[in-house]
Amino acid sequence: MTTTTAQKTAISHLKRLEAESIFIMREVAAEFRNPVMLYSIGKDSSVMLHLAMKAFYPSKPPFPLLHVDTGWKFREMISFRDATAKQLGLNLLVHTNEEGARRGINPFDSGSTVHTQVMKTEGLKQALDKYGFDAAFGGARRDEEKSRAKERIFSFRSAAHAWDPKNQRPELWRLFNTRVRQGESIRVFPLSNWTELDIWQYILSENIPIVPLYFAARRKVVERDGALIMRDDDRMKLKPGESEQERLIRFRTLGCYPLTGAIESGAATLEEIVAEMLAARTSERQGRVIDHDETASMEKKKREGYF
Amino acid sequence: MRAEDLRSFLAAQERKTLLRVLTCGSVDDGKSTLIGRLLYDTKLIFDDQLKTLEKDSRKHGTTGEDMDFALLVDGLEAEREQGITIDVAYRFFTTDKRKFIVADTPGHEQYTRNMATGASNSDLAIILVDARKGVLTQTRRHAFICSLLGIKHVALAINKIDLVDFSEEIFATIDTEFRDFAKQLAFQNIVSLPISARYGDNVIERSNRTPWYRGPSLLAHLETVDVETALAAKPFRLPVQWVNRPNLDFRGFAGTIVSGVVQTGDRVSVARSGRATTVSRIVTADGDLQKAVAGDAVTLTLAEEIDVSRGDLLVPPSDRPEVSDQFAAHMLWMAEDELLPGRQYLLKIGTRTVPASITELKHKIDVNNLEHFAAKTLHLNEVGFCNFSTTEPIAFDPYTENRDTGAFIVIDRFTNGTVGAGMIEFGLRRATNVHWQALDVNKEARAELKGQRPAILWFTGLSGSGKSTIANIVEQKLHAMGRHTYMLDGDNVRHGLNRDLGFTDADRVENIRRVAEAAKLFVDAGLIVLVSFISPFRSERRTARELVKPGEFLEVFVDAPLEVCMERDPKGLYKRAQAGEIKHFTGISSPYEAPDQPEIHLETATMPPEDAADRVIDLIRQAGVIL
Repeated sequence: MTTTTAQKTAISHLKRLEAESIFIMREVAAEFRNPVMLYSIGKDSSVMLHLAMKAFYPSKPPFPLLHVDTGWKFREMISFRDATAKQLGLNLLVHTNEEGARRGINPFDSGSTVHTQVMKTEGLKQALDKYGFDAAFGGARRDEEKSRAKERIFSFRSAAHAWDPKNQRPELWRLFNTRVRQGESIRVFPLSNWTELDIWQYILSENIPIVPLYFAARRKVVERDGALIMRDDDRMKLKPGESEQERLIRFRTLGCYPLTGAIESGAATLEEIVAEMLAARTSERQGRVIDHDETASMEKKKREGYF
Repeated sequence: MRAEDLRSFLAAQERKTLLRVLTCGSVDDGKSTLIGRLLYDTKLIFDDQLKTLEKDSRKHGTTGEDMDFALLVDGLEAEREQGITIDVAYRFFTTDKRKFIVADTPGHEQYTRNMATGASNSDLAIILVDARKGVLTQTRRHAFICSLLGIKHVALAINKIDLVDFSEEIFATIDTEFRDFAKQLAFQNIVSLPISARYGDNVIERSNRTPWYRGPSLLAHLETVDVETALAAKPFRLPVQWVNRPNLDFRGFAGTIVSGVVQTGDRVSVARSGRATTVSRIVTADGDLQKAVAGDAVTLTLAEEIDVSRGDLLVPPSDRPEVSDQFAAHMLWMAEDELLPGRQYLLKIGTRTVPASITELKHKIDVNNLEHFAAKTLHLNEVGFCNFSTTEPIAFDPYTENRDTGAFIVIDRFTNGTVGAGMIEFGLRRATNVHWQALDVNKEARAELKGQRPAILWFTGLSGSGKSTIANIVEQKLHAMGRHTYMLDGDNVRHGLNRDLGFTDADRVENIRRVAEAAKLFVDAGLIVLVSFISPFRSERRTARELVKPGEFLEVFVDAPLEVCMERDPKGLYKRAQAGEIKHFTGISSPYEAPDQPEIHLETATMPPEDAADRVIDLIRQAGVIL
């Protein structure tokens, strides 16, 4: 009963999380016919991709990456995405909901809810159907939001991509039930047990490349509805009384630029970001406009097929 | 934070370990409050979440003016309204010493399966008891499930100690009662703590309101308890997940070491075949290792080429697991549909999935008092002790020795749902002496002599749909053509071979299993077998199909609407069933699952039996059974 013996044989918590994620990825590669990794370009996706590179080393990950592009991502995200896929030699699929784009769906006129539903959720379903993927990795974590805390690691979806919280398979030990019928699929969350702090510590200790927007710099932002929005292109019109101001900011989370609030921060290195995290008093989802609609909004979105 | 503080923080992270904790308690024991308190006091609650909490406390809270920590951890909309937790939720908090993953599971009886799910991955269980109520039936149930699922460490949190005036006497009484009960369980250590989740006594810090209590606070206990089950000291076990072949020069076997240690140069065997080889490299993306231990995800390359694939278990030649196709195990049933002994399910153990069936349900265990009693089936949330038979041998260790190589899940072949969770106790050796004899006179030889290909014509449909009528005409036609046939139907099977079976779901499954096995023997004899049984369940028909080679099983769906069958009612059975004289009657009080893809679908409401028989003859011609 001494702690010293425990520490001798114990693996650090990050190593344990890493091993768990790798195990999950290998199960998927071995048991599914046509898996895909959803790559959203954010820090969690960066970690997930890094883990996939490790899981199958010296082979490349035996599945493609899929980015569902809403057309409103930060330009720096897109260039980072393309450079990453090229550098790692991976097959990157990009899908945009063309029908939604033709209808002129956008975050300003359509509102965040409709924009997310059509361009992200519908776009994702289109891509999954188009390629016939039977498993899709996502970078969601259980600590992000309350309804996620109950999400399985292997989350079963009907042929209509619906998630039914009352009809999920029990998950015991490391024995994941991967069986699906034609058309059905499973969303797999290898980062389920990671927290935001774990992600940053791991990025720091493994030196994983991330989009530069995560680091503080002086950037032009507009204050709108209490959020600091970076005007990434001129599709965002200034409202009367609004003006762009240069502030020292960074992003804790990345999505569609009109829906992603920046925080004022001077953290320009990974060490400084981790230090800031330790002192942080707000959760990262605060920067996301879509969560504020109503308290249980994330759960509703998930039932509709949002990741 | 200064740079040197950050450096020391990061250095500490390297030493930080992980503890998985299960919390269990009855409704109102204060479990969610305790978890909320741990999250709050370890500063894992952010300002915006706190704001939501204040708002929710006013709206749904049960603590008056105080913040209701329980609301922090309840999740889905429906549950929030009901004020109860209905699933397993995972929460995270961290201190300088450890990261904690907390599985929060409900206390209701009907949710035993959720608790088992949470327990399966936990190192330690916090069992909550309300100090005012003491050890309840639920407390015993929780303790039993924790023990069954292999948890060795228990923290008995005697909560609401503030409501019994911090009484040492009450604490001691509950502690003693629990320990007495736990003597029959397999816990290694039990620590009892007097706490108040609502006010924080003995949760993070020791409370000065319980001066008589000398033990640690709950958090201090969680940070220091040594749950290292000496995994590294156990025999080496590596279930192979994935064969890594980037090019012709590299062939690696990827997997996570579940117990023990492996070093380059070690001899390892494939458990099932017994073939041995030597580990040449331990490959990881961070460079080759000399040695890897339990918990490491690695890729091994082997010096001598032997047959290894996904599902194999790599082990030391000197310390091999059992290999058998029959074993005894405890099983928790987790599906709404009851267990059907004799039905074929899938069993996933480690990285191997094999067809398996329960050959005997030895007894059921009452999770409330651990009493054993005889049973024919298991219902949702029931625990039984069963004999299993798999279609091929599997490698395993007893669950009490190794959770990873002794645990399995049971999957329904039709719904694909996870329906059972099993823990192997021991192997059954009688299977090892039955060997197949290679016979020179085989199926092909027998069939050739008769100038036909053997096959099963499986007629399924409701009583009164016309199965036997059509099957009889088909057999007469085949006989007239000089073919060798045999008919299996209720008349010649129910009175003899299956005389001991009734009409419950379990007996129907066994009935069809025996019929299918008998049909298989007749196929082996080279005959065209006509089987005419209601056979209402897809799973059994599928099992029958899989007993013979592809193409040898032709499913004939004899389909007539229930009203038509009831009107025909050739044996007067529907009338009796409707009068309640016959229980479990298909179509009335027992379900019929129509085939999805029968080889032929005969709608007998509009088709005369003679025509239907001709269509069946056409089918077997097309299938090449006769020329």
